[in-house]
Amino acid sequence: MSTDVAVRVEDKLFYNRYQVDPGRAHIKVRPHTTPSPQLKALLKACPARCYELNDSGQVEITVDGCIECGTCRVIGEASGDIEWSYPRGGYGVLFKFG
Amino acid sequence: MIEERFDAIVVGAGMAGNAAALTMAKRGMKVLQLERGEYSGSKNVQGAILYADMLEKLIPEFREEAPLERHLVEQRFWMLDDKSHVGLHYKSDDFNEEKPNRYTIIRAQFDKWFSSKVKEAGATVLCETTVTELAQDAYGKVIGVKTDRRDGEIHADVVVLAEGVNGLLGTRAGLRDRPKPENVALAVKEMHFLPRETIEARFNLKGDEGAVIEAAGTISRGMTGMGFIYSNKECISLGIGCLVSDFQKTGETPYGLLERFKQHPSVAPLIEGSEVKEYSAHLIPEGGYNAIPQLCGDGWVVVGDAAQLNNAIHREGSNLAMTSGRIAAEAIFQVKSRRDPMTKENLALYKKMLEESFVIKDLKKYKDMPALLHNQSQNFFLTYPQLVSKAMQNFVRVDGTPKKEKESSMLRSFVNARSWTGLFGDAFKFARAWR
Repeated sequence: MSTDVAVRVEDKLFYNRYQVDPGRAHIKVRPHTTPSPQLKALLKACPARCYELNDSGQVEITVDGCIECGTCRVIGEASGDIEWSYPRGGYGVLFKFG
Repeated sequence: MIEERFDAIVVGAGMAGNAAALTMAKRGMKVLQLERGEYSGSKNVQGAILYADMLEKLIPEFREEAPLERHLVEQRFWMLDDKSHVGLHYKSDDFNEEKPNRYTIIRAQFDKWFSSKVKEAGATVLCETTVTELAQDAYGKVIGVKTDRRDGEIHADVVVLAEGVNGLLGTRAGLRDRPKPENVALAVKEMHFLPRETIEARFNLKGDEGAVIEAAGTISRGMTGMGFIYSNKECISLGIGCLVSDFQKTGETPYGLLERFKQHPSVAPLIEGSEVKEYSAHLIPEGGYNAIPQLCGDGWVVVGDAAQLNNAIHREGSNLAMTSGRIAAEAIFQVKSRRDPMTKENLALYKKMLEESFVIKDLKKYKDMPALLHNQSQNFFLTYPQLVSKAMQNFVRVDGTPKKEKESSMLRSFVNARSWTGLFGDAFKFARAWR
């Protein structure tokens, strides 16, 4: 096990302010049956833990807690595993301190 | 399409974009700046340290108005193993000067102020607007931008791409590649609030004095990375970053690293009892000189993090951003003043001016450093910190072992871990890359 510290990421995201844009996810995962190594890497590398495995073993994304760092784009866009855009103007994370 | 035409459109309102927009607006150009956040600063993340010299060139009187946190009087470098730190601390009363050299800042607040100066200078700043694409003519020349607003195409003579490290527009238009995982670090950060007296006592500071700690070692679990702790007035910015390629390879989680860094015995007492008010993450360009993309083309220039202008060795980025933004703006103004078109050839003046500045000179100096640190991360971030810590403990612990035996056992531990060839090789490569 590479991480021996229990961390609840959702508690961290709770500190942040968001303007969620319902029904307009700015990141999309390409439909797949078995996840590629890049998609599997996103389960761990995403700092907001937006990526999760569903019950049938595919990687899914929930963008509501996204902090728009772009790590998943750097890992997964070149292979076509994900589509990445910025949220519409005014939406997404709203940093108070940054 | 919006009928109004601009001399220049600046995409992004970070350090580079604000510097560019301010400089052009001050020279009387008709400037439109587009920002996707609800206000300038609301999407921007940095440690953050502000370097006065570069801002002074843009706004000489900034010290009287800007929301600054603390002026830095102390820099600490820590090499960590799991239980210890070996430190190099530099603190000087010289830094308590009339015009201090470095300040901690809180980016969302600072950038909001910076943006107010851009507006005062006469630029139009349009927030809550995401630029989705560059508008190009049939020959590929950039003629403006497309936005997510209704009738969102806007035209200008030149577009300044200050879209940040994760700039999509340049990649979408084929002007540059997206950053490679080995050329960017992912940093995560928390803001820890404490009463200001507590911060001053814990960091041994008077009044508005500030201290920063940069820490490397076993906290990055053998990955190329670094932790940082910056004192602000009433909070501490604490974070850690490692190369994205290393996260990908190791399966470490960024928040796991952050928690372990916070629990380190040298770090935990500094933030004890604090209230966390934000958790953020950002990419940092780490590829150095060799990762700089094409800087200009027909109708466009790229500045700041979007151009990967970051000095990873000295942890400088915002000053390179500000300077590249200012220089790009000055070059554009010169081209415009001559009534020349904004072609790649004419805008190459920006590249030339940047090469003559500290920005490219510094990045050139360290051009081999990223490869060295990235390829040997196990040695530099795990093995050496552990060895140095062991050696220090051996040196200070008094246990009746004769000093001569202590010294030879220290030496043996280094040679066993890295071999003579390894040790000399590392030293040689490091010195050569530093030169």
